[in-house]
Amino acid sequence: MTYLIQQLLNALQLGSIYALIALGYTMVYGVLIMINFAHGDLFMVGAFFCFLAATYLKLSFVPTLLTSMAGVALLGVLIERLAYKPLRQAPRVSVVITALGVGIFLENFTNALCPYPQGIPPLLPSANWSVGGVSVSALQVLILALSASLMLMLDFMVNRTKVGMAMRAISWDKTIVPLMGVPVDTVISLTFAIGAGLGGAAGVMYGLAYPVIDSNMGIMVGWKAFIAAVVGGIGNIRGAMLGGLILGAVEILVVAIPGVPSTYRDFIVFSLLLVLLIFRPYGILGRPRSVKI
Amino acid sequence: MARRWILPALLALSFILSLAIPRLGWLNDYNQLILVYIGINIILTVSLNLVNGYMGEFSVGHAGLMAVGAYVSALLSVRVVAPGLGPWLFPLIVTAGGLAAALIGMVIALPSFKTRGDYLAIVTLAFNMIVKSVIENIDAVGGPRGFMGMDKLTTLPTVFCWTVVAVWVIRNFVYSKYGRGVLAIREDEIAGELMSVSTRKVKFLAFGLSSFFAGVAGALFAHVLLFINPGSFGLVKSTEVLIMVYLGGIGSLAGSILGATIYTVLLEKLRWMGAWRMVLMPLMLVLLMLFRPRGIMGLRELRWLVPRRDLKLPAPPAPRSAEEVARGAAQS
Repeated sequence: MTYLIQQLLNALQLGSIYALIALGYTMVYGVLIMINFAHGDLFMVGAFFCFLAATYLKLSFVPTLLTSMAGVALLGVLIERLAYKPLRQAPRVSVVITALGVGIFLENFTNALCPYPQGIPPLLPSANWSVGGVSVSALQVLILALSASLMLMLDFMVNRTKVGMAMRAISWDKTIVPLMGVPVDTVISLTFAIGAGLGGAAGVMYGLAYPVIDSNMGIMVGWKAFIAAVVGGIGNIRGAMLGGLILGAVEILVVAIPGVPSTYRDFIVFSLLLVLLIFRPYGILGRPRSVKI
Repeated sequence: MARRWILPALLALSFILSLAIPRLGWLNDYNQLILVYIGINIILTVSLNLVNGYMGEFSVGHAGLMAVGAYVSALLSVRVVAPGLGPWLFPLIVTAGGLAAALIGMVIALPSFKTRGDYLAIVTLAFNMIVKSVIENIDAVGGPRGFMGMDKLTTLPTVFCWTVVAVWVIRNFVYSKYGRGVLAIREDEIAGELMSVSTRKVKFLAFGLSSFFAGVAGALFAHVLLFINPGSFGLVKSTEVLIMVYLGGIGSLAGSILGATIYTVLLEKLRWMGAWRMVLMPLMLVLLMLFRPRGIMGLRELRWLVPRRDLKLPAPPAPRSAEEVARGAAQS
């Protein structure tokens, strides 16, 4: 029983990280109806910024987190201005290919600058508590607390502020909204900044939890977070959080249940995506979109 | 002027060249290898151009089909075929790899009936990852460690023949009845369905043909590299094929040949850049999408590849005088 609770705790930790990255995918899809395939690599850049801040600038935890989030947010806005904005009226093909290209560019750029895996120095005191037989580390508590507070802040912002209302409006109808006096470009850049910033925070936490980072880590984690966003319903913020937790649970339980070879982890997760796309393409909390012919 | 003997003469000359170059050593081994890779990339590019360019679908997981062809053919030539028979049975081995890939490719056609655009891209990428993951889990073929033991059965003449076959078959398919259906699906699928284009059959055929040649390319690749592992058939390889398709021109076979050649040669010539070479490639793709999304050739085609009946459009009917119109009205 304690084994199960321990695994659930691990699933919660991994799921929160997936949820933060999935939020980035979902927010961009919500406003631009475009899947930013480069988002997983923004997560990886966040982990590298954390490495740079901790190793060369010798910052402590909170400044590292803030600088990484800010850096990745800036990078996200830059990518949006340079690569996605000119393609707003272009066919979907161009946008997806560009997103793939930007992602691979980020990976290889980081690889060219930093070919070897790097280790992040521990920024947190390594304290461990035992709660009823289950071992909980300070890092796990921090990840859960930080993710939960970031998600609550985002939920508040999207549902209760004017800016959030603008974001939701853009996702409903992009043509009419500028006529209502909403500065569409600014709101879209802000969406990218927030989504990328959350991805950067996830990168920092992933880097602290699994301290060895390299330029290829964004691919698989990015894909799984994307699957999480699709599972929850892409375009739906609460769906992304739910999807992230579900995916974390599936991944940890596949490894934890004896009898299933752990190398089948990726295969099961991707098959889950395929099955979902065939039977319920709009996800758990999503609504079907009708297309006018 | 499209004289009828120019193209076959050129092909015959090239075939003789491809036989002569390895025998007489006119080019060194490295350049011969580049020519082989150009051929393999041309096959990959024309096969993906059929689905992405002519049909307007969004298949991004081409490397997975290549992997199927590579592994099936490698298994056949190492485990099944007797050692001396390799070179004689090579066409059969390659065809078998292609057929295996075609079967898998037709399975990919199924989700394309209900999804288009972004979602089909996700589905095909997921397929690519699943194929990679399955191969990594099959220990009998070496899993992530890779598979080797093949003989170097891919030579310049064999690659040349397979390239000619691929371009010829796909060119004939595109200018056939099913090819018209493919173009109809690209322009407006629902209108095509209403106009009695059987979209399901056409999609099965197009995906199947495209995957067959992807498998063929994979088989040729396996027998020239002599070592295959799942890692070389991932997202990076798929993106390379995408770059070649969009560089040359969607919906243009000559464009695909051009794109594949330029990309392969560029990749080799830029080796001195080291790790920065792979930074330039995706940057090229992004710039291409921003400034010339249709590619170098766009939708235009080389005159030699277009059949003659498509080159000459039927003349518009001669204008009729008022009496002819009245006579026609009185008769009906």
